[in-house]
Amino acid sequence: MGEAEVKPKKAGPVQCSICSQRRAALKRPKTLEQICRECFYAVFEEEIHRVVVDNQLFKPGERIAIGASGGKDSTVLAYVLSELNRRHNYGLDLFLLSVDEGITGYRDDSLETVKRNEIQYGLPLKVVSYKDLYGWTMDEIVKMIGLKNNCTFCGVFRRQALDRGAAMLKVDKLATGHNADDIAETVLLNILRGDIARLSRCTSIITGEDGPIPRCKPFKYTYEKEIVIYPYSFLQNLNRIYTYAYFKRLDYFSTECIYSPNAYRGFAREFIKDLERIRPRAILDIIRSGEKFRISTSAKMPEQGTCERCGYISSQKWCKACVLLEGLNRGLPKLGIGRTRGLNNGLECDTKQSNGVKNIQSKQCGTLDF
Amino acid sequence: MQLTLEFGGGLELLCESVKIHSVNVDPQVGEEKLTMKDLLSWVRANLIKERPEMFMKGDSVRPGVLVLVNDCDWELSGQLDTTLEEKDVIVFISTLHGG
Repeated sequence: MGEAEVKPKKAGPVQCSICSQRRAALKRPKTLEQICRECFYAVFEEEIHRVVVDNQLFKPGERIAIGASGGKDSTVLAYVLSELNRRHNYGLDLFLLSVDEGITGYRDDSLETVKRNEIQYGLPLKVVSYKDLYGWTMDEIVKMIGLKNNCTFCGVFRRQALDRGAAMLKVDKLATGHNADDIAETVLLNILRGDIARLSRCTSIITGEDGPIPRCKPFKYTYEKEIVIYPYSFLQNLNRIYTYAYFKRLDYFSTECIYSPNAYRGFAREFIKDLERIRPRAILDIIRSGEKFRISTSAKMPEQGTCERCGYISSQKWCKACVLLEGLNRGLPKLGIGRTRGLNNGLECDTKQSNGVKNIQSKQCGTLDF
Repeated sequence: MQLTLEFGGGLELLCESVKIHSVNVDPQVGEEKLTMKDLLSWVRANLIKERPEMFMKGDSVRPGVLVLVNDCDWELSGQLDTTLEEKDVIVFISTLHGG
């Protein structure tokens, strides 16, 4: 739709509170400001730039992988980071890193989106697959274990796959598209399941600095609403600036994973959205609460070691992926599921953060690893 | 009244995977105006083929569904009270779906 066709509503056009010239197109959840599209692009990008600079997310000359699922968050992240890298001379070498879980009709389609992003943004793409890394696709795993607990496999495998892919790319850091809503949701989930170790680190903007590949979340303070509107605005501009259309158009993939829903996260998600409607700042406040938690020194924290089998970081003798894989290969897929950590028993599938699965009410197998 | 409705971010799956719908919706008998509230109940009755709870909660859209009326956030035009006019374009995008 071209600008000419846009007509202000009778209620009276609201002026942009930043430029006082154009018609406001959006109410920012973070500040409740009513701003126009042009000012929105500017503040959206500038805020992320500030987050990058203030938190020293990157150093000049670093190689950075962007975890790219083809979904909205990682697609917008890839676009914005490559823009800011150019505009502010970050001096970064950016790469797209995708995981192919081997889910026919879901991941193969979203990977097509990532391949288009590779061309559109001119960023080299690396795809690592479960089949190559572990010898199993998710389709094969589901065939063997059914639709219960499959998200546990998918989540554990994805976290490791991203690290392995990042190592292959020889990058210094992995940037993921987690947004403010995701993080608030994870704070709540970690409280709900009493996971003190994760609660204390899930709000960190950089994690794993002691591990092989640190991860960072440039969208930590970015509302999902704005991430969704951002590419959409470009689509709406297509007719007007059609010469840039192909490059400016952010295309992303939004079809649900075909394997079972993640009900527990879905409830937390819906709760966050309900809160946001009443008081949008609630999202930032939950993140802030998470940041301010102080863990009592008497709380027992898991000790970090390495897996005796594959060398990956692990608090147990074998890492979770190796235990799950052993179960699959020995035909005992229950191995490593619903294990012995007291109260966690049985919650495994629903609460695993990076569950692979969703219906429309929960996050899809994106890059949800904390 | 001729309107264009667009569903995105996964919501199109609720209306047979069709993203753009050109529709004719008239104000209710005895009413002069068509509001977003009227439109939502019309959409629910006529376009949503499955899982209406993914689209609506109460008489509004589910929290997490963005609504744009003529390219403008409906929070600026009065949400449910927004009055619609001939040839308006209304976009519904789910943010609940997809990472």
